[in-house]
Amino acid sequence: MRQTCLNMVYDLAKRDKRVVFIGSDLSPGLLADMKRDMPDRWYMEGITEQNLIGMSAGFAKEGYIPYDHTIATFMTRRCYEQVAVDLCLHDLPVRLIANGGGLVYAPLGPTHLAIEDIAIMRALPNMTVTAVCDAKEMVRLMNATLDWPHPIYIRLAKGGDPVVSRDELGFAIGKAIPMRRARSRHSVVLMSTGVMTTNALAAGDLLAKDGIEASVVHFHTVKPLDEATVLDFARDAELVVTIEEGIRIGGLGSAITDVLVDQLGTAAPPVKRLGIPDEFPHNYGLQEDLFDIYGLMPKQIAASVGQAANKKNKVA
Amino acid sequence: MATSAEAVKFIKPTAPPLDERSKYLRKLVVRALEGGERGHIGSSMSLIEIMRVLYDDILRYRPSEPAWHDRDRMILSKGHGCIALYVMLADKGFFPVDILDTFCRRDSILGGHPEAGKVPGVEASTGALGHGLSIGVGMALAVRMQKRDSRVIVVMGDGEIDEGSVWEAAMCAGKHRLSNLTAVIDYNKVQSAGPTHEIQDLEPLADKWRAFNFATIEVDGHDVEALRSVFRRLPLAPDRPTAIICHTVKGKGIGFAENDANWHHKSKINKELVAKLYGALE
Repeated sequence: MRQTCLNMVYDLAKRDKRVVFIGSDLSPGLLADMKRDMPDRWYMEGITEQNLIGMSAGFAKEGYIPYDHTIATFMTRRCYEQVAVDLCLHDLPVRLIANGGGLVYAPLGPTHLAIEDIAIMRALPNMTVTAVCDAKEMVRLMNATLDWPHPIYIRLAKGGDPVVSRDELGFAIGKAIPMRRARSRHSVVLMSTGVMTTNALAAGDLLAKDGIEASVVHFHTVKPLDEATVLDFARDAELVVTIEEGIRIGGLGSAITDVLVDQLGTAAPPVKRLGIPDEFPHNYGLQEDLFDIYGLMPKQIAASVGQAANKKNKVA
Repeated sequence: MATSAEAVKFIKPTAPPLDERSKYLRKLVVRALEGGERGHIGSSMSLIEIMRVLYDDILRYRPSEPAWHDRDRMILSKGHGCIALYVMLADKGFFPVDILDTFCRRDSILGGHPEAGKVPGVEASTGALGHGLSIGVGMALAVRMQKRDSRVIVVMGDGEIDEGSVWEAAMCAGKHRLSNLTAVIDYNKVQSAGPTHEIQDLEPLADKWRAFNFATIEVDGHDVEALRSVFRRLPLAPDRPTAIICHTVKGKGIGFAENDANWHHKSKINKELVAKLYGALE
């Protein structure tokens, strides 16, 4: 997904003269072909995230579309004020390609884990927040970024992620994609973003074996949230389970819960939010190890859904 | 590179008295302060001659076409000094002078910090400090890429350049040898909490900018002729950005407020104080 995304920057640059690339200090030889072919549109500016965002705003004010690239935590925490004021207040078409979203950098520890990136980016007016599920979907997203008139946060996964997206389901920024549909509208609905959609689909398979039918809706765009699709699937749902590789405070689950409370009030279905609790992860290991610790592996998701569904049925 | 001798040449031992135009512009500042009953007095008054010379003699712009492609870009990075910018924009016809009376009012276009897209002639929304120079770097690179001759001028405060982001931007501008970019520092030596040498000493300031690869010069920031002379020489070097350190006086022109951090910002400005402010400018 990462390589696809960066390759797409060069492809877009060949198609559109407004595209410039601005990196910080990642990977020797990054986009070397773009640097060779269009040196005045390729920048590597060092570990200066605040400057990176500000100069991107300057470029955008002059009609360019900068694609910025650095590690997700540094792209969000270090220069939050620049993102808020220079990009969002001016509502400029700058793209933030955030390496290692969520728990990708598990072995490197909490300084490198972008656990609240979606939450804090989502809080900014005018910001668009995306987390696609695989490399194929990244191509669709990147193609759509050229003409999107607002800043976009593009969360990258680890790379080599299984391809579960399907071209025939289409793609538009801000439009959720139902990936699996239960026969009954009164069923479990899994709502997920990023690579958690892969785990949600796998959990759906496991649940089916246990006789629980689940729909899976993929939110590659967390903001603007596709409220119509949220309501369409949630209105008659037996249970909504949100799944995200990030802190539960302010993330996808919060966004969906906001819609359900605001639009459905007491008629809202029960909601279970899976994600990282209010803490910095304490462990290292692999991304999957942290998935395991936080109950985000397919088996664990299926178990949580089963428990929540049973609990609800017992109460009923 | 400007030498020390060159710097000395531009600093007169005593500031020249304010002429009628400088006093008139300061009275417009007071008009906005009266309208809003508040404002950054000291921070605006120290900027007046810098803004005056830029808009009277240096910058290329069209008041009726603020987004004119070939304009020079002037970013007031010390956004809290915005009244000095507002009075120049009003004076030049970007908007009617009467609008100054609405400063900080509920439906005004003129807030306590300037907003691009709301105020004709304002290039960037500033107020959070340390943002303007990076935006200017991006603009200067873009302008150079398009082989246009627009200049980019970023005006910063001395307290503002405490921010690390300013020095990130300075390093970047130096690396790219942006001769179309000029950093102007309103060095009034008093920040919000007190004298800069006590709060966060900036010296040796000119050496800092030189070390970041800027052609650097110092000038009396209230000497109109000296400012004209320096700005007309831009760029000071053909292959580097320029830094102009303007030695100014916080609250310049309002005798009882000069060099006093207590006049950085005032709220609850009443008619009595307004009369005193006008009186100080007679």
